[in-house]
Amino acid sequence: MSKSSEPIKGKAFVLGKNVDTDQIIPAAHLVYSLEDPEERKLYGKYALSGVPSQESGLPQGNIRLTKEGETESEFKIIVASDNFGCGSSREHAPACLEIAGIKAIVTSSYARIFYRNSVDGGFLIPFESFDDLSKEVHTGDELEIDQENHILKNLTQKKEYKIKPLGSVADIVRAGGIFKYARQTGMVAER
Amino acid sequence: MGMTLTEKILAKHSGNDRVSPGDNVWVDVDVLMTHDVCGPPAIGIFHKQFGEDAKVWDKEKFVIIPDHYIFTNDKYANRNVDILRAFAAEQDLPYFYDVGTDSYKGVCHVALPEEGFTRPGEVLFGTDSHTCTAGAFGQFATGIGNTDAAFIMGTGKLWVKVPETMRFVFEGASLPPYLMAKDIILQIIGDIGVDGATYRTMEFTGPGIKALTMEDRMTLTNMAIEAGGKNGVVEPDEVTEAYVKSRTDKPFEKVYSDPDAVYHSEHFYNFEDLVPMIAKPHSPDNKATAEELEGTYLDRAYIGSCTGGKLSDFRAAAEIIRGSKVKLDTYIVPATTEIARALETETIYGTPLIDIFREAGCKIGNASCAACLGGPSDTFGRLNSEEVCISSTNRNYPGRMGSKQAQVYLASPYTVAASAVTGVITDPRVFIQQTVI
Ligand code: SF4
Repeated sequence: MSKSSEPIKGKAFVLGKNVDTDQIIPAAHLVYSLEDPEERKLYGKYALSGVPSQESGLPQGNIRLTKEGETESEFKIIVASDNFGCGSSREHAPACLEIAGIKAIVTSSYARIFYRNSVDGGFLIPFESFDDLSKEVHTGDELEIDQENHILKNLTQKKEYKIKPLGSVADIVRAGGIFKYARQTGMVAER
Repeated sequence: MGMTLTEKILAKHSGNDRVSPGDNVWVDVDVLMTHDVCGPPAIGIFHKQFGEDAKVWDKEKFVIIPDHYIFTNDKYANRNVDILRAFAAEQDLPYFYDVGTDSYKGVCHVALPEEGFTRPGEVLFGTDSHTCTAGAFGQFATGIGNTDAAFIMGTGKLWVKVPETMRFVFEGASLPPYLMAKDIILQIIGDIGVDGATYRTMEFTGPGIKALTMEDRMTLTNMAIEAGGKNGVVEPDEVTEAYVKSRTDKPFEKVYSDPDAVYHSEHFYNFEDLVPMIAKPHSPDNKATAEELEGTYLDRAYIGSCTGGKLSDFRAAAEIIRGSKVKLDTYIVPATTEIARALETETIYGTPLIDIFREAGCKIGNASCAACLGGPSDTFGRLNSEEVCISSTNRNYPGRMGSKQAQVYLASPYTVAASAVTGVITDPRVFIQQTVI
């Protein structure tokens, strides 16, 4: 989906560092179809199901991204510490988060392939913060990302943080992924 | 100002005289590889974006190697292999290594060199993070997602941000008898951390590296991704050339880093200073020496994967296991069918490796990824509950080999084998010194 630069609002889901792709979507679940409209919902159900329970939904822990029996989450923005999405190249990782309803991630750093997949697949917007905000924000806090001014607002705690501009990938993000971008620029024929 | 090997390959493939770290360039792709987990969604995106009748850009350059979920009754996993099969037929693909046929290979990153697809100076993308393994051959090789793969399938191109290069220089005439390439890479990852090379190239060089076999070099570049690296690379030499020419007639052009190339950083190691290393649960950078962990409780030993399931890995393990009974449930999973066959013919003092493992009481699986990444619940060797495993694989994040209650220690095949024989974590030097003397 193309991503507008309107503010992104929603509840925070907070994780620690080195959340790898096996935690984001355990390997046993990679078998479902991403195309079948019903089957793909399973990815929403199992998104982040590999995160050790005590580290899921910090600082409290033991919070699931999607409630038992549901495929979409009440949380919209993930806040995490360093090296989010490390591990495998599975695109199912950003895809499952999008299917679960996640709109954006704010973390102090990403693993390269996860970042790239998020952008090129147009799944969600990967923002980078200057500092590690995973100790500041609490799961359930109401957040707003002001994309024009590069600010993350914590409406619950009434705090604001600068985040980094998207930089060289901004055009692909706004277009909604590599295919839309390539069509806009004439690299791939319109269809 | 000179360029690194990686910069030179990317410059040439993007039609530029030179590129610098941070540049975004579109490169022409020489080889695209996919497998049974990421192939089906990539095919889905390809059809959706380019049309139901679309053809891949160059079928000589597209390789499909099913390897992940092969020997399972999981209906979704089996359906995924069917999707690959149908696509290979529809597109008349020459390089599809189908399950259940003589052409079936096993783990893609070991199959690619065996089949001659890892050629110096070329650009290889694969829908798997350990695609960086092929950098051992002086190729630019990195992992991508399904959307990027579908994009290449239709256009033969992809954008790349030119990475900075970190240079790891090794002194030493040869590997000491107790040390394996796995120990070296675990040491490096422990030193720089699991994000220590994020967005960067890891270039392995120096006299020590020249002394390594191709399989050893592959173990190093394989785990570049465990430090977050975009790719790992070794300059090609006679060893590379001999291997590649024995596997393909295709011409290739060797590329080297310029003496005045600019590096992000340089790191110096000497083989003589290194010792058998282990990554403790639950992160590949959670380092300790095998000696420090001596006596640690274990339930299981696992030797396999693209990192630690090559012929030299089994030879190393067999040297230690020979003549003993294993005290742990020990799983042996050859990466490819070629290696599985070699286990029958390679011998130590006249005994085939496979017999050494059988007589010791090891369980032997079929060539595939098997429990390296857990997989469906009926996967060979999968950790289904709270087992503690020592493994020659590459990742030990929570749940990687199955249950998130399990604990995985990563180590060299020597250390895994020594621990299998004693039943607890064991520094292999105890065994090796005996054999050497
Ligand atoms: S053996 Fe393991 S690391 Fe290698 S490709 Fe298979 S799952 Fe990935």
